[in-house]
Amino acid sequence: MSRASARETLGALLLIVPLLAFLAVFFLWPLWTMVTAAVVDDTVSRVLPRTAAAIVSWDGRDLPPPQVHEALVADLRQANDQQALGETVRRLNSAVSGFRTLLSRTTSSARDGADPKTIDLAAVDPRWKDPRYWLALKDAVPPYTDRNLLAAVDMKRDADGAVVSEAPGASANRLIMFRTFLIAAIVTAACAAIGLPYAMLAAAVTGWKRSALLLAVLVPLWTSLLVRTTAWFVLLQNEGLINGALQAIGFIDSPLPLIFNRLGVVIAMTHVLLPFMVLPIYSVLLSVPRNLMQAAASMGASPLRAFWRVLLPLSLPGLLSGSLLVFMVAIGYYITPALVGGANDQMISSVIAFYATGTANWGLAGALGVILLLVTTILYLIYGRLSKSPQLLGA
Amino acid sequence: MNSAKMLTVAGCLSALLAGWSTQAVQARDLTVVSWGGNYQDAQRKIYFEPFAKKSGKPVLEESWDGGIGVIAAKVKAGVPNWDVVQVEAEELALGCADGFYEKLDWSKVGGKDKFLPAAVDDCGVGAIVWSTALSYDANRLKQAPTSWADFWDVNKIPGKRGLRRGPKYALEFSLMADGVPPADVYKVLGTPEGVDRAFKKLDQLKPHIVWWESGAQPLQLLASGEVVMTAAYNGRISGINKTEGKNFKVVWPGSLYAIDSWVILKDSPNKDQAMDFIAFASMPENQVKLPEYIAYGLPNKEAATAVPAAMQKELPTAPENLSGSAPLNADFWVDNIEELNKRFNAWLAQ
Repeated sequence: MSRASARETLGALLLIVPLLAFLAVFFLWPLWTMVTAAVVDDTVSRVLPRTAAAIVSWDGRDLPPPQVHEALVADLRQANDQQALGETVRRLNSAVSGFRTLLSRTTSSARDGADPKTIDLAAVDPRWKDPRYWLALKDAVPPYTDRNLLAAVDMKRDADGAVVSEAPGASANRLIMFRTFLIAAIVTAACAAIGLPYAMLAAAVTGWKRSALLLAVLVPLWTSLLVRTTAWFVLLQNEGLINGALQAIGFIDSPLPLIFNRLGVVIAMTHVLLPFMVLPIYSVLLSVPRNLMQAAASMGASPLRAFWRVLLPLSLPGLLSGSLLVFMVAIGYYITPALVGGANDQMISSVIAFYATGTANWGLAGALGVILLLVTTILYLIYGRLSKSPQLLGA
Repeated sequence: MNSAKMLTVAGCLSALLAGWSTQAVQARDLTVVSWGGNYQDAQRKIYFEPFAKKSGKPVLEESWDGGIGVIAAKVKAGVPNWDVVQVEAEELALGCADGFYEKLDWSKVGGKDKFLPAAVDDCGVGAIVWSTALSYDANRLKQAPTSWADFWDVNKIPGKRGLRRGPKYALEFSLMADGVPPADVYKVLGTPEGVDRAFKKLDQLKPHIVWWESGAQPLQLLASGEVVMTAAYNGRISGINKTEGKNFKVVWPGSLYAIDSWVILKDSPNKDQAMDFIAFASMPENQVKLPEYIAYGLPNKEAATAVPAAMQKELPTAPENLSGSAPLNADFWVDNIEELNKRFNAWLAQ
């Protein structure tokens, strides 16, 4: 008996092997890559091993002793892997701007010079007299770092190694992250406010009316995101259809600011994400017996009361899963805010995209991703707690 | 299933897989990547299609929006799925230093002396000279702006202004508006006080700025009247004047010009063909056709002189347009983009 069930379990496991493989390749592995990119920092010790060994003994005061200079020149002379050297340069330049030109100049003189001991780095470039550059080198020696994670939340380590906040006005990741969640929450609320009545209507009617209502939700889902966003641009702009119509009927004198601000972002994102709210609620409502409302009425409940006590609680599971979907998708948006938003509507994904594609600083991009993932996971856990509570589901 | 059957199935599967993977590596035709829009339409007509005809093999094309991270990801994957890419000056400098590009065979494109000195690089051949300049709709604005100081003066010309989101260009133009001559902009910007000064000047205009990201947006903003003037790419301005009969004007003094270059990604499987393509696109008789479609300057000297006089005056390389402008300093941005972008985002969020 137990052997048979073990075999069954094994068979079941075999059946989900493709799923597990898929998850491992497309979910766990990228996540792992992102996390390691955020904390692993071994490029300098790999490419400049002698410098790394020599600079540890330097106490960080004044300038490092001559043997560190010599080690750096020797390392640069031998660094044959251009791509690895490039990675090192990128890493150092993100710590102190200017490292890129400094290191490329130093590398070419190191390679031209006959004897590494005769090269005077301060003569090659006066920036080598500035301890900031040496300190950045020293900081990059340990194989693991928390600088990316700290930078992702606008913090850094000061000269003594204590964690401090960045100067105000130097970085705004925290603010942008908070704004991302705020915009996602507003969009979720707006989607719920429109989606719930819409889904109820769609579930209440039948025949072609229902098909038309559902089609109206589905067609935008099949349209490219860019096209939908551009359509909103046409509608909302100062000389657009909405402002034009309102002015034509004399409702307003000057155009309403509908675009390039938070309002524009919320309108466009709500439209784009509405299907993710309507469809889950609709599918839940379909399974609700239609005579429940009549039953409530027969027991003396007013329509409003029947809605409040019967229909709303029954549609809550759909509302909750719809909210989760909308919120999660909204967090990752950045094309729509970029096109119809203003200066204060940039979301965190655009910052991540800047580091990932713009400057190839995958460490910081990964760290921002990790922080975003953490916050989202916490929110998801809270959501899980809420949606499991018996009053909500009536279970 | 007996073992013989299983072996057959496994054999078939692996044969299929092997066939699929070698095919994926071998069968990809030369892939050229450029910047999309009406610019790439022009390139298709004068470079891609004629080259495909000449070589007898199809040319695949894609578009991109720049970013050294994209190139880094492609090259680090092993065999890149792009061959020839048109890159901006910073990507050229960064990628060449980091070993993302093949070294070019300059003898195939006719030697370095045939090109503008700024268009010559170990890893890249200049493809176009393009400008970012103040532009406005002459049909809407009765009083024409003539400088970045006018751009900043919201009393003189009321209305919103468009700028590219990000520190690049915004800081330079801001300094010019503050009275720094174009030639000295990077000297000032190279100091911490200069950066502060640029941000301070930008502060004044902040409530009036609409930020754009892609090159097509400023045209749309101007056309819809959403902004009264904007920074824009000169070629797109003359392009839309031609195709849609607009009357957009470019203010040349204070513009910043830069060179885009063709590069070949490291370990491209179509390296030789890629080199042939770059040579083809660099020949004066082919390059000279470009300004008919889009007003970008030509880095091949022979091609540049062969452009008809009527078109010359719309190009960034025309002497009268060059006189008040400055070249974009790629080295400055290669060093400082990350730090300044961080500060710019923080400034924007305030």
